[in-house]
Amino acid sequence: MSFPSTLTEAMSPTAEPKSDLLAKLSEVDRSMKVLGVFFTVCGLLWLMAGTLFALVASIKMHNVDFLGDSEFWTWGRVRSAHLNAMIYGWAFNVSFAVAPWIMARLCRTRVRFTNIFLFGGIFWNIGVVIGVYGILAGHKVGVEWLEFPAYVTPILALAFAFIGVWVILLFRWRQTGHVYVSQWYFLAAFFWLPWLYAMAQIMIVHEPARGVVQSLTNWWFAHNVLGLWLTPIAVGAAYYLIPKVLGRPIYSYYLSVIGFWALALFYNWAGVHHLIGGPVPAWVISAGTVASVMMVIPVIVVAINHHMTVVGLHREGWASPTIRFVVFGAINYTAVSLLGSAMALRSVNEITHFTHFTVSHSHHGVYSFFTMIMFGGIYYMLPRLLNREWPSAMLISLHWWTTAVGVTLMVIVLAIGGFIQGLQLNAIDPETETAAFEFLEVMRATIPYMVMRSLTGVLITIGHVAFFINIIWMLSRRAADGSESKPTLLTPGA
Amino acid sequence: MRSLPLLFLGVFFTIASSWVGIVLVSNIQLGGLEPATPELTDAEGNPIAGVFFEDPETGEMRLGLNQDGVEAWPVPLVGAAQRGKRVYEQMGCLYCHSQQVRRQGFGSDYERGWGERQSVARDYIHQERVMLGTMRTGPDLSNVGLRYSELWQHQHLFNPKITSRDSLMPRYAFLYEVRPISETRGPSPNAIEIPEDYHPGPGELEVIPTQRARDLVAYLMNLRQDYDLPEMRREQ
Ligand code: HEC
Repeated sequence: MSFPSTLTEAMSPTAEPKSDLLAKLSEVDRSMKVLGVFFTVCGLLWLMAGTLFALVASIKMHNVDFLGDSEFWTWGRVRSAHLNAMIYGWAFNVSFAVAPWIMARLCRTRVRFTNIFLFGGIFWNIGVVIGVYGILAGHKVGVEWLEFPAYVTPILALAFAFIGVWVILLFRWRQTGHVYVSQWYFLAAFFWLPWLYAMAQIMIVHEPARGVVQSLTNWWFAHNVLGLWLTPIAVGAAYYLIPKVLGRPIYSYYLSVIGFWALALFYNWAGVHHLIGGPVPAWVISAGTVASVMMVIPVIVVAINHHMTVVGLHREGWASPTIRFVVFGAINYTAVSLLGSAMALRSVNEITHFTHFTVSHSHHGVYSFFTMIMFGGIYYMLPRLLNREWPSAMLISLHWWTTAVGVTLMVIVLAIGGFIQGLQLNAIDPETETAAFEFLEVMRATIPYMVMRSLTGVLITIGHVAFFINIIWMLSRRAADGSESKPTLLTPGA
Repeated sequence: MRSLPLLFLGVFFTIASSWVGIVLVSNIQLGGLEPATPELTDAEGNPIAGVFFEDPETGEMRLGLNQDGVEAWPVPLVGAAQRGKRVYEQMGCLYCHSQQVRRQGFGSDYERGWGERQSVARDYIHQERVMLGTMRTGPDLSNVGLRYSELWQHQHLFNPKITSRDSLMPRYAFLYEVRPISETRGPSPNAIEIPEDYHPGPGELEVIPTQRARDLVAYLMNLRQDYDLPEMRREQ
């Protein structure tokens, strides 16, 4: 293949002649149908369960007596049930739905042996059900992001082995010479995750390392689940969806190369900033801080690349549900990452560490960025898999407004509340040299923010219900009779 | 990207680098930590400042030795306290309470009386589950064993509002058995005193801690980092 053709093709998932491409892609889509629908539905169910846990946990933060006498529903467990249902349930399933589908399309190949993947997926979800139940029933592991009881590890590991092997096979079946940037991100993610998970399980849960080495491993793992799994999946999806929907190649191939390698190089060192000020060697923290600040490079690079692709097409973009969600997610990727780099600085971290600011930040990352891009992905994927359109544009619009506004308000409310909490916790009265605010005073000052958080949570829940209804409605409809091959668009006012 | 082997090598080496750097190297540095006496000595038994001394013969830096006949810290948790840690883990106390004191001048840990000194890696060597925590919805608990009585802890767990007005901490009343006072034997000696306003039935009912509540309180009473360690001699 000559250089220029490789380059333009590599830059664009839209470069082939249209009719050939459409024929090939619809064949790919047909072969991915069962898988895509299975993982979307599993993810959707986990999203609803995770939302329920989230509401209960949030209400308990200001109305402590809500379900107060139930051990099963005690706050410390519901909180973990929420996190694990959302990460291992929703985020993983939706990644398994969207990323391999995009991968198959970019490989231009009909997938084979889908039973391997399906089998892995069924096992994965069984593992997550047992895990979440185990947390609530009192078998949890007291390590953040690894709360599933130890007996779930083999199930999840086995399931992922099937899934990972299948994705590698899928890549080997590719019919194209070039490899598009989304594919690097997905391949890397599917390679990084098992490494992370295996190391964390061994060194923390099964053969615990000595003392705080566990904590270091913990934050190396937890931050990298975000950085080396969810982030590449979502960024890779955005790299596919934005040019695809807008019908315009990605702005710069070279920027995407730089962005990818800078992410690979820096992100995996960043996690230890969760331990700033803690009983761990200072050099680890310094390395983590440097890496966190260096993350500015891949983030800005990706931001420029996405922005320049969209620029001038805002009107068209706004009409497409996919672009609305994906661009919202991409903008928040920039915002959350820059904020994260700032939070890794010691002077900022001194205020934000241990407060609700961190909670704001993690929702900013996993929701405003990752989840919103995945919503966009599903809005694009499902009609193509099922060969029928979304039943209700109104529900899409409702989903969009409630989640976009809801999560933005939640992030802001928690950030402000957390920042004030941090300032008050740290304030020292210069005369007496004691804390300027009693602990209970600081705690009481957070209550209004906790109430507001629950309200924003209700807004987001409404959006999830709309999404749920729309998907179930779509699935229960008959296949298209050909009359509705037009994509669902939103009117500018909706 | 046309060179797939390059992609795979890059992807492999990036994660390997952070794994080696963060996990493996700190394991080499910290994995061998042992309990230590407040002061260490050199090979001849002379006290040294800090953790290392220079071997007079080879000029190498060597780890100091524990003093003879002096208790080395930290000591492992045993019995009820060890079991109580499991309860702490299962209830998710970790998500509201940290167990790490930061140095004086960084935050207000010292001024709040959460600890007289900074926590160091050696404090955690016996813990097969380290729960440093990332959230302070409630106070740091590294030294909470030094602050309150057992009765206070029981009352607080039964209903945090008894001891702390408006507390946002959930109540753990399900760790207590509320039962009628025996008519023949009278009140149980194990019953905990609960102020009238919070009592489920003053005069008729009594509140007895279950095994789990007693274990948990034993754990809390054992949370303390008030011993001296050799590294403190240098860092302060
Ligand atoms: C939802 C957050 C939350 C959870 C979960 C939680 N606590 Fe608390 N805890 C607090 C708050 C807030 C305070 C401060 C107010 C008070 O004293 O009740 C506190 C205070 C304490 C104190 C007193 C500390 C001091 O120095 O005054 C102890 C001891 C304590 N908690 C132990 C526990 C234990 C043990 C658990 C688990 C069984 C637990 N907490 C779970 C929020 C929480």
